[in-house]
Amino acid sequence: MTETSGRLAACLPIRSDMDLAWVRQHVRQAAAEIGFGLVEQTKLITAASELARNTLVHGGGGQVESVVLDNGRARGLRLTFTDAGPGIADVERALTDGYTSGGGLGLGLGGARRLVHEFSIDTRPGHGTCVTVVCWAAGAPRPRKEAR
Amino acid sequence: MTGGPGIPDGTHVPVLMLGDVLLVTLQGELHDKAAEQLQQDIAAAITDRSARGVVIDVSGVEIVDSFLGRVFAEIAASTRLLAAETVVAGMRPAVAITLVELGLTLPGLRTALDADEALRMLTRASGYLSHVPGRRENA
Ligand SMILES: Nc1ncnc2c1ncn2[C@@H]1O[C@H](COP(=O)(O)OP(=O)(O)OP(=O)(O)O)[C@@H](O)[C@H]1O
Ligand SMILES: [Mg+2]
Repeated sequence: MTETSGRLAACLPIRSDMDLAWVRQHVRQAAAEIGFGLVEQTKLITAASELARNTLVHGGGGQVESVVLDNGRARGLRLTFTDAGPGIADVERALTDGYTSGGGLGLGLGGARRLVHEFSIDTRPGHGTCVTVVCWAAGAPRPRKEAR
Repeated sequence: MTGGPGIPDGTHVPVLMLGDVLLVTLQGELHDKAAEQLQQDIAAAITDRSARGVVIDVSGVEIVDSFLGRVFAEIAASTRLLAAETVVAGMRPAVAITLVELGLTLPGLRTALDADEALRMLTRASGYLSHVPGRRENA
């Protein structure tokens, strides 16, 4: 089995709505360089926009780290959104479409999960939240969506 | 406030009047605050200039996330309360596919393939065909 290698592409702050635009711009550039198709690119940028906004609005700000992956057959992008906010007490509920603790539509988290190939949340109430997503450029063997 | 190199400044959206229709053309990145400002500008323009319709041309928009999608829906809702219609025109296919997967199907929103068609829909509805410059009959 081939080892997946990663190269740090960027670490960006998420402190304002202008930072959200920078995050989208960075992901757009990185995804294009890696060779993502237009639809895959659009999906990943949209997922990144949702997660970055959650980091800003619910997490009180934080950062995103982006890493270019290569598993020997395909290249991908891994994005890790980290904040030191209140955390998420009930992750299943937060992922449910329509659930929001604020005035949102409650689509961001569940929607972002549908838009990427791999998705994980690491959160501790009172300590913060870390959401990691991975997208592989088309042609890559997609990991099956596993039953959770 | 500028977005720096590579990002159109994203802070101001021009609102044009064509006949009795407002034409709003969105380009590239739109900051959240600019999107919220746009909502207010459109409402003000409808009452100030008695507009009967609003066309939001999104053909230059690469990303619509749940925030921007909600702004569109709210513009359409407030426009309707002001006795005008909103049509979102020219959405890119990749954006439409992504919105559906995101779960944002925007049911109440009228759409058109491009700004021309949107203008035609609105002017036909209000009977002000001849007031729109540059449009062709039966095009
Ligand atoms: N980084 C985070 N820190 C703390 N809570 C979070 C974080 N991300 C999401 N949540 C919680 O999960 C809920 C659901 O998030 P989701 O993005 O799906 O909806 P929303 O942000 O409320 O609305 P929308 O994204 O549709 O505008 C949020 O309302 C919030 O309570
Ligand atoms: Mg959200």
